[in-house]
This record gives sequence, C-alpha cells and structure tokens, in this order.
Amino acid sequence: MGGKVLTVTSGKGGVGKTTTTANLAVALAATGDKVVCLDADIGLRNLDVVMGLENRIVYDLVDIVEGRARLRQAMIKDKRLPELYLIPAAQTRDKAAVSPTDMIKLCNELRNEVDWILVDSPAGIERGFRNAVAPADQVLIVTNPEVSAVRDADRIVGLLEAEEKGPGHLIINRLKPEMVKRGDMLSTEDVLDILAIPLIGVVPEDEGILVSSNRGAPAAMDERSRAGQAFRDVARRLKGEDVPFPSLDDNKSFFQRLAARFTRAS
Amino acid sequence: MGNWLNRLLGRDNQSSAQSAKERLQLVLIHDRTDLSPALVETLKDEIIAVISKHVEIDPGGVEINLSQTQRENRLVANIPLLAAPGGRRRPRK
Repeated sequence: MGGKVLTVTSGKGGVGKTTTTANLAVALAATGDKVVCLDADIGLRNLDVVMGLENRIVYDLVDIVEGRARLRQAMIKDKRLPELYLIPAAQTRDKAAVSPTDMIKLCNELRNEVDWILVDSPAGIERGFRNAVAPADQVLIVTNPEVSAVRDADRIVGLLEAEEKGPGHLIINRLKPEMVKRGDMLSTEDVLDILAIPLIGVVPEDEGILVSSNRGAPAAMDERSRAGQAFRDVARRLKGEDVPFPSLDDNKSFFQRLAARFTRAS
Repeated sequence: MGNWLNRLLGRDNQSSAQSAKERLQLVLIHDRTDLSPALVETLKDEIIAVISKHVEIDPGGVEINLSQTQRENRLVANIPLLAAPGGRRRPRK
C-alpha cells in the first residue's frame, strides 16, 4: 500500500492545524522519511507561507486534479530537508473544485511516491473537511485547552466515527502549564476525560511558533524549540515509538533542558 | 493570586478550569445526542404518561437523565413504582 495518509483537522479555526501539519512534516522528514504535505484548504492557502515555500509555487492541487499539471510537477521540494515536498492549495478557487473522490485518487498516487502524506484540512465540517478526511488512514485532531475548541473537536470525533475513520488521535496545542497549575486552564487529563480518544501530543504555548512562521521555518527545525520538541515527539509516536509525555512543569523542564544541553555538548 | 484571594473571600469555590470542564461535559451530552434539555423534559412527561397507563408510579420521583461513559451516551430513567392497593410491599423471604 506504500505511504500513509494522515489528515490534520480540528473543526474550529485558528487552533494550529497548519502549524501542526508543517511541523510534523518537517519532523518526519528529519528522520529520513519521504514526506509530502498537501494543503486542502482551497481558497485560503497558508501551508506554503508557514513552510516558507510561497515563492516557489507554479502548480497547485486543483491543477493536478484538473489535469493541467502532473503530480511530480506540482510537488515543491523543500531544500532544507532531503525528502520534503509541498503540494499547495489553489488560492483563487473554492472547495467545490475538488471532490472526496479526487482526493482519494490523488493520495493513492502519492502513496507510491512517499512514506507520509500529510493533509492540512480547512476549518469547518463541510466540503473541505470531507475532502481532507476522505483519503485518511489516520486522523489527527488538533484542539486547544479551551471550551469552544474542545466542543468542536468532539463534533469532529463524532463525524469521524460516522465515516468509520476511527476516533482519531488528539493533539492538545497551546497548553500553558502555569495556567493549568493555577486552575485557569483545562489540563491534558480534563480534555482527555471529555473527548475520550487517544492522545498523541501535547504542545506547550510557545512564542517561538510565531517567530518561526514569521520566518517560514517550522519550529521543529529548531533543536531548542519547546514546541518543536513536542512536534518531534509526535512524529516519533507516529512512527510507532513509545515516547513518554514529558512533564510540562516549567521549572523542571527548564533544568531538564539545561541538563539535556550539557549532555549533548559533552 | 487573584484566584487564591477569591477563594479566601468565598467569591468562587471552583476554579475556572473546573467550570469549563463541567460546562463542556453538559453541553457535549446534548451535542452528541441531539437532545435538547427541553426535549428531555418532554420525554420525561410522555414516559410518565405511558407507564402510568399500566402501573401506578410516583410521578414526583421520576428521574430522567442523560449519562455519559467514555463515548457512550445513554438515557437513564429511574421510575419508582407504587405498591398496588392490597398488594405486598415486599416479597416474603
């Protein structure tokens, strides 16, 4: 069967789907795997800028679907990693330009080319979402520890169950350990109690994420980035490794990081 | 700090995260089942009516709740039956 199709979705907008897709793609490619990411948010393309590849777009997803470009032609190579590619969304079309069947066909072709196909889903539960989920072997649901994001994530879990796409795996993004500690933010355990699906990642709030998208260089490329580390952990879990969830306790992790740096240096 | 002060002054006895969790749990039961609180009330009235046709029940003691375990939702009805006139209250040992 070849490559595996992973769809990143959330229901609610702005929780970090595109950031997650870009970082997981980078983290998986850094392990030597061949990765292509596919921006399924037609009309609101963004994965290209987050990855810093916006100036190299010639063809897009709709060009492939409508036969104006071959698959290989539309795959933009990210030169920073050996085998990382992007297929951008079309910016001047809408979701209806592509059907779930088109997505399945396209991903099946990509399976022969790469190890991982990461699909960045648009927000919402309409056509764009259905397009993104149709080819998925595994779905990653991104949420924030916040009522509206968790409620929308629950809706996605229900829709995935109805489509027999499994419950999906959860990534809790933008967690602030100090707010959890003082009882002003839902904890990882709270969110898991509510959604009752398997957890695959907890990503702490990190200002570095904004800096990295300013620069077009996903945080997972930066060894020192905390969020980047969390995404690299998710990538390892996706590859079947049993990676423990680190304590997000601020002080502890500061010393742990310090210790880790000394160990690396020596 | 503010939270600690609030708690000391008894302004709120639960953290905002706890309220978030409880509110979410409630709203999700309704989202998942597509049963509004009003519909649950209607169900309750109709269930009482149907059962009352055949057996005597205590309408005031009827409880109809939605409960959630992991990803399963169920409607749980607790309906106290009244003893039939002249009937035994409890089976003999």
